[in-house]
Amino acid sequence: MKKDEIPQDPGALGKIAKELSYVVDENGNYTTGFSTGWEIKMKALDVAWENVEKRIAEAKQKVLNGEASPLLYYMELKLMDVEIVAGYTGFWKWQVKKHLKPEVFKKLPDRKLEKYAKLFEISKEQLSQVS
Amino acid sequence: MQLDFNHIQAAHCENGVTTSLLRHTGVQQITEPLAFGIGSGLFFIYIPFLKVNNGPAISFRTMPGMIFKRTCNSLDIPVFRKKFSSPEKAQQELNERLKAGQPAACQVGVYYLTYFPKEYRFHFNAHNLIVVGKEGDNYIISDPIMETLVTMSSYELERVRFAKGPLAPRGQLYYPKENRQVTDEQIKKAIVTGIKRNVRDMLRIPGNIAGIKGIRYTAKKIKGWKNKLGTEKSRSYLAQLVRMQEEIGTGGGGFRFIYGAFLQQAHTYHPVDELIDISKQFTYTGDLWRDAAIQASGIYKGRLTEQSDYDMMGDYLLKIADLEKKAFEDLSEVVKKMK
Repeated sequence: MKKDEIPQDPGALGKIAKELSYVVDENGNYTTGFSTGWEIKMKALDVAWENVEKRIAEAKQKVLNGEASPLLYYMELKLMDVEIVAGYTGFWKWQVKKHLKPEVFKKLPDRKLEKYAKLFEISKEQLSQVS
Repeated sequence: MQLDFNHIQAAHCENGVTTSLLRHTGVQQITEPLAFGIGSGLFFIYIPFLKVNNGPAISFRTMPGMIFKRTCNSLDIPVFRKKFSSPEKAQQELNERLKAGQPAACQVGVYYLTYFPKEYRFHFNAHNLIVVGKEGDNYIISDPIMETLVTMSSYELERVRFAKGPLAPRGQLYYPKENRQVTDEQIKKAIVTGIKRNVRDMLRIPGNIAGIKGIRYTAKKIKGWKNKLGTEKSRSYLAQLVRMQEEIGTGGGGFRFIYGAFLQQAHTYHPVDELIDISKQFTYTGDLWRDAAIQASGIYKGRLTEQSDYDMMGDYLLKIADLEKKAFEDLSEVVKKMK
């Protein structure tokens, strides 16, 4: 890439810092330049976020249909999976998987609910709702 | 207190941390491209049985931590690296290091990294930054991605040092153990070691998912994605490929460009003219990775929908594989002349 070809599109990172790139100058020597962002890259990030939104909406629907506990919704909302939730709460992965079942989740004692509430940064009461 | 520390912005975080810390310890010659090349940073791997953010696990560089480790080893600089189970101990040890007037690097997760834009905050745990001071409850941070120093409260720093999930940093703290200078002769030797190891990793690594063979393997997979995964999933997978390739700060097959810059700098230590030509070869493959990203974006934007579009994407990778194979084979010959 030549220095004058560095893309200067709006980018997510561009809001806080320009990105340093290695490029060649007119004599073919390597130098550095700055980019505000690249549209191709921005769009790839958009696709990733569209997927996140879709997963959140699907999770919400599953909770409303009674197919999953609200844990699934909050997990998706925080971009987490069972491994990450287990990591932060100290539960085993198999426990988290069990808690994803509505009937198990409903019977969880307060101290377990509190761990989830703390992780998702909401109150225990909010934890049972998905809107 | 804030240490006398020269913040350096870099294209890639681990390169940047390695460069800044080594400069600080007295290695005046070190630059980002030299750190990347001596650390044999260029790589490719597609791990088919692993998923990252529900997409394919692809990396364009060597494993996290290796660039720092290899570069220090090659320059004969002893390294301190420690993981912690207790956040209190992790903080205490960092504080002691700062009190002694020395900076330390941390591996962190970016999900809770306060100064990062929201769009980048996935559960990615292999970011690197340097702590260069503490004022009250705030730590002063030199993050190679940022233009200037930033701050984080002790709670915020603890949170990212103890991020959970794949590659969990577990409070990891690392730095060069001693301040020392290195000779140009040492740099020359380290360059040769770095090149040889990178040639080995790209050309001769066993299996078919890594190195040049890994690029071919990915090309083949991509051609089959439309049929196997359907349009929606293929779009996400290609977007993920581009995101991994364009990892923060490496815009446009960026690692290839850094490697090209490395070979030019290597030439000043080893005046073997072929290095300049091979550097050009990497500049060209870097450009091709960019072109491939543009092709991929046509698909994930929904503009390109035919099987022939996927075939073309795969063909880009096959062409890149051929060219990078040649570049590394040339390098494998040239390195023999470098004494």
